[in-house]
Amino acid sequence: MSLKPNAKAVLEVKDLKTYFKTDDGIVKAVDGVSFTVHEGETLGIVGESGSGKSVTNLSIMRLIPSPPGKIVGGEVLFEGEDILKVSESEMRDIRGDKISMIFQDPMTSLNPFLKISTQMIETIRLHNPQTDKKEALARSIEMLKLVGIPSPEKRIYSYPHQFSGGMRQRVMIAQALSCNAQVLLADEPTTALDVTIQAQILELISEINNKMGTAVILVTHDLGVVAGMCDKVCVMYAGRIVETALTDDLYAKPAHPYTEGLIKSVPRMDTANKDKRLFSIEGQPPNVIDLPPCCPFHPRCHKAMEVCKHAYPPEKDLGNQHEVACWLYIDEETKKQALQDATQQEKA
Amino acid sequence: MATTSTKKPLLEVRDLKQHFPIKTGNLFNRKVGAIRAVDGISFDVYPGETLGIVGESGCGKSTTVRSIAQLHKPTSGSVIFNGIDMVKADTRTMLKARQDMQLIFQDPYASLDPRMTVRSIIAEPMVIYNNRKLLPESMTSHEMEVRVEDLMERVGLNKAFKNRYPHEFSGGQRQRIGIARALALNPKIILADEPVSALDVSIQAQILNLLTDLQKEFGLTYLFIAHDLAVIQHISTRIAVMYLGKIVEVSDSAQLYDSPKHPYTVALLSAAPIPDPKVERERKRIILTGDVPSPDKERDGCYFYDRCPKRMPWCSCHIPPMFDITDKHEVACWLYSKEDVSKISMEDAQADAAKIKAEAINKQ
Ligand SMILES: Nc1ncnc2c1ncn2[C@@H]1O[C@H](COP(=O)(O)OP(=O)(O)O)[C@@H](O)[C@H]1O
Ligand SMILES: Nc1ncnc2c1ncn2[C@@H]1O[C@H](COP(=O)(O)OP(=O)(O)O)[C@@H](O)[C@H]1O
Ligand code: SF4
Ligand code: SF4
Ligand SMILES: [Mg+2]
Ligand SMILES: [Mg+2]
Repeated sequence: MSLKPNAKAVLEVKDLKTYFKTDDGIVKAVDGVSFTVHEGETLGIVGESGSGKSVTNLSIMRLIPSPPGKIVGGEVLFEGEDILKVSESEMRDIRGDKISMIFQDPMTSLNPFLKISTQMIETIRLHNPQTDKKEALARSIEMLKLVGIPSPEKRIYSYPHQFSGGMRQRVMIAQALSCNAQVLLADEPTTALDVTIQAQILELISEINNKMGTAVILVTHDLGVVAGMCDKVCVMYAGRIVETALTDDLYAKPAHPYTEGLIKSVPRMDTANKDKRLFSIEGQPPNVIDLPPCCPFHPRCHKAMEVCKHAYPPEKDLGNQHEVACWLYIDEETKKQALQDATQQEKA
Repeated sequence: MATTSTKKPLLEVRDLKQHFPIKTGNLFNRKVGAIRAVDGISFDVYPGETLGIVGESGCGKSTTVRSIAQLHKPTSGSVIFNGIDMVKADTRTMLKARQDMQLIFQDPYASLDPRMTVRSIIAEPMVIYNNRKLLPESMTSHEMEVRVEDLMERVGLNKAFKNRYPHEFSGGQRQRIGIARALALNPKIILADEPVSALDVSIQAQILNLLTDLQKEFGLTYLFIAHDLAVIQHISTRIAVMYLGKIVEVSDSAQLYDSPKHPYTVALLSAAPIPDPKVERERKRIILTGDVPSPDKERDGCYFYDRCPKRMPWCSCHIPPMFDITDKHEVACWLYSKEDVSKISMEDAQADAAKIKAEAINKQ
């Protein structure tokens, strides 16, 4: 956590849209997502499963399986350059070298048939072809040591299956770090791990973020992890960001009814909420196939109005980097107009 | 042992052990060791309460549930349910007793037969017990149909969907199907193995509320397993913390967060994130080093010794018994022994352990 006032923006995602063609229709997995991450910043992306978090990350890395997926719109600016437009070979240089990614399942990025040493040396040499093998090996060992693997000079010759889940996760982080990337995309890096191991891995990610100034995008569904790790948070619902705020503001004064419900529905062990019933958001997230224009949260929202059923709410800037997409924050005149336009369009 | 009340327990577990043999793959299939999944645990569950069991993966939570339900025959120890010793009872008596003991599992996807309709999934326990003439009164198929519909409504499922298949439902709804099935025989206790761990936060809250409501309405007793401390604290009356096949601490749920005693519980609580940035900034984490060791060797010291930040020489060779902190709180750690063992050197501790061992052998 280190939010400097004049930190440079390293990654800007603008109106990103990624759709999947399926037999049932077009899945609008990510539908107009925008956010910015600065040097040294940790940005959290929270949301329930299926809300589009992983697809957002995979789109940034240009790793969307196509077909059925396609990035149909938007820009991803890395240091000002739209990396959605660069050639595949330039993109390979960016991946790992400038932007690296860690996944929930370490085995998606580790080859089970190769020793850790081989894999790490290859990764380093891929990005720095001038490095010789000995140098790359030394650097790999150094990285494994950094992530807390005991006796790395011996363990580096192991195969992935010879490590426990937490250890494999650390190997993947070491590999992701070995190239000094400016941005680290961490997609549920601790979801599969136990809390004591989770604490170790999160500590490691914050250290990297603090010491090396790496910008981190941390995807998680765990509001506790976000609270402890992130400077700023985006809340995703049905393929869109419904609220963005500095972490303290998001928890102290959530503006979107979904964010508010989400925070209230998590049990807490530090407060005596012993009235035994949790706040609960009824229903379930919508299917993002052929979603009509509306606030996708309206069937579950206890504050829904007529306009919410017919038009997607515009974004409202609440100040102090707090933005929300909800009709509650829009003036009557605009709402009336939107409702009128929508009904007319529906008739046509 | 500390007790919560003068009420008689519904379930008494005593020195329960579940060891799985490790065999060589060769012709003779010799047993070369054992996975000590559950290694001597004791606890009581009282009528109407929720006993939560919390611990990290592999500590033996699921095995505990499966051994209690006799899905595995325990290696040793006893499970007295409703006055019946489930380990020693003959099959028919055990099955009859188990009518009152039902299970809910973590993965609603894996635990429901994909080829069965929702109505046959929910009705199945009634059909089986009816066919075996184990029900107090036999049921007609019409009575079962009515019961299925009632149960579906009670757990929040639309009864019009009773002829659909599990894959047509979301994760939360599938968990509701599992709950309806568990309720079919009107059980006294439900053993719930991580019932909300696979669910999203908003769905998790719905299911936790449903379980709380059902408990009130039907006077149910729960044995509830989770690895999420906040969930366990929310749902439980009392909490047992497990590590490496052992229970290390049992406490009133309200007390555990405020005054955890066992060094493992302290670390576990400090590692669990709290959804409040202000609280998180103030907190101090105790970061444990290393991983949980494999439960495949016999230990003659504290099971947490390798990772314990407070370990003493004595702990390396003496297994701590349960020490009472209050009448609602007990802990297996030498720090809470009446005699101070902290000054005892490794040599003295080991000499003492050797002496105890020799005495035990002499007795045999
Ligand atoms: N390869 C794919 N084909 C079709 N749909 C997909 C594919 N990958 C993801 N999706 C859909 O995109 C949506 C968002 O998925 P995802 O980004 O993985 O969610 P999250 O990471 O938030 O859980 C989901 O509805 C999912 O079913
Ligand atoms: N049928 C089995 N055979 C052999 N080992 C088992 C079996 N079931 C569980 N185990 C082992 O017992 C230990 C406890 O497992 P489990 O009870 O599933 O833990 P938890 O539910 O707390 O994650 C683990 O080391 C596991 O690998
Ligand atoms: S736009 Fe309407 S339905 Fe959507 S969150 Fe706001 S109030 Fe609720
Ligand atoms: S008995 Fe000793 S090693 Fe075990 S938890 Fe207590 S202090 Fe730590
Ligand atoms: Mg995902
Ligand atoms: Mg389990």
